[in-house]
Amino acid sequence: MSLTTTPTSAPATVQAPATLLGFRDVAMTFPDGTVALSEVNLTVGRGEFVSVVGPSGCGKSTLLRIASGLEQATTGSVELATDHIGYVFQDATLLPWRDVQGNVELLAELKGRGRKSRAQSAREAIRLVGLTGFENHLPKQLSGGMRMRASLARSFALDPELFLFDEPFGALDEITRSRLNDELLRLFVEQSFAGLFITHSVAEAVYLSTKVVVMSGRPGRLVATFEVPFPMPRDPDIRFSPEFAELVGKVSHALKEAHS
Amino acid sequence: MTTVAQDVTVTPRRAVRTRSVSLRRLVSLSRPVAAFLLLIGIWYAVSAVYAARGLPYFVPYPHKVLTAMTDPTRLQDLLTALLNSTQVAMTGLAIAIVLGISWAVVMSQAPWVERSLFPYAVVLQCIPILALVPLIGILFGYNFIARVIVTVLISLFPMVSMTLFGLQSVARQQRELFQLQGADRWTLLTKLQFPAALPSIFVGLRTSAGLSVVGAVVGDQFFQRGNPGLGVLIQVYASRLQGSDLYAAIIVASLLGVAVFVLFGWLGRLVVGRWYDFA
Repeated sequence: MSLTTTPTSAPATVQAPATLLGFRDVAMTFPDGTVALSEVNLTVGRGEFVSVVGPSGCGKSTLLRIASGLEQATTGSVELATDHIGYVFQDATLLPWRDVQGNVELLAELKGRGRKSRAQSAREAIRLVGLTGFENHLPKQLSGGMRMRASLARSFALDPELFLFDEPFGALDEITRSRLNDELLRLFVEQSFAGLFITHSVAEAVYLSTKVVVMSGRPGRLVATFEVPFPMPRDPDIRFSPEFAELVGKVSHALKEAHS
Repeated sequence: MTTVAQDVTVTPRRAVRTRSVSLRRLVSLSRPVAAFLLLIGIWYAVSAVYAARGLPYFVPYPHKVLTAMTDPTRLQDLLTALLNSTQVAMTGLAIAIVLGISWAVVMSQAPWVERSLFPYAVVLQCIPILALVPLIGILFGYNFIARVIVTVLISLFPMVSMTLFGLQSVARQQRELFQLQGADRWTLLTKLQFPAALPSIFVGLRTSAGLSVVGAVVGDQFFQRGNPGLGVLIQVYASRLQGSDLYAAIIVASLLGVAVFVLFGWLGRLVVGRWYDFA
């Protein structure tokens, strides 16, 4: 493994966006002695969609758990400029006894919002993800893709400024996944939230993000950063362009290097 | 039923499927009926053997049992006893439900509480309750209260273990979803753990309900005071060698057990069947 500085395809700070989330020298050691993360420095600013790619078990998810406060970093600090955070888990994690409307209202309900306002925001979020008409369906009556939409809607109902995505589409089939990628891009442009997205698919990372970060195997370190130059809103056909393929190739290469 | 969209081409095939389903249901229903008839046949055969040996009250003919059961005065006795036993069983069950669920909820609050209290649930399960029954009689008298206590002791464990299992079956991510919104223990319990535990609570409830009938009948056989239930009746008939009546009482007690099991199974389906495949 080389000790040189991280190769960046563009200068790290093109235009310094207002930082929403910042990791400063974050390291994480589990009680059993496993070092999950070390020397993590990363910022996510307004208007940014940052993807972290790495193999499974490299500590990518731990990054989100620390950002959301589910776990404490062993050393280093995390700065959050907002408390409007959406967290999308790998599974839809819907409550099976609640219908779509009830599930989407859940977080606002836990926050103690009034019945009327949360019903209203839930309806709006359901519309955003294209589930209008399915409000009264139970999770078991939905397909995997629709469940994930409901899960997204649940977070959208709180109108988050920062979204944390923990491999949300990993369990879906390719077609559903690519459709949800397009939806997510549309929502990113429309709703202007910032995103930190964990995935092991390089193509997904490049397609969705403004910045892609490559993480090494355990202990997880950020070894390379790539600015994605394609403008938003993003043309779906960009995925079939040579520039896209080239960038995917570069990221894949960096990923491979980090694990050799 | 669970498909949501794109159901256009399915209609003709579904019609065929429903027909074969109802046919299959008929076939599956015919088997227990056949088994029942076979059992009655064997019963007749065994009765004939005992009758030939001059001991007809040991295994009376099925139709004699049926006659005993439908005889107005016998039926009166049986129904009164049934009512008394049902009262004991349901009172005991109600206490077991409240006690069992509370016990499990307390244990679910912290691992150390569970480690401290769960062994006693297991011990409760291991004590031969019959060994305790005379003591219960001495301490609490030989009537209703003692019967209820025996019933509670016998039917408590499934409530405790199944509720605890259900409360702990919540997925970590679902728990974290609540944690991220700063939900407190009470919210976590009432909005996540308890609803999630309902299917297993009902499985435990169904088992406990069946056991509560066992408890009521067993309690009866030891405690002869107060309103006599089916257990008392069974004792009396057995000691007087009233074969047909004894069998009738046993059948009524069994039917009570089955009825209670079916009732709580149905109740479970009613409450959680909408979102859970309650077997």
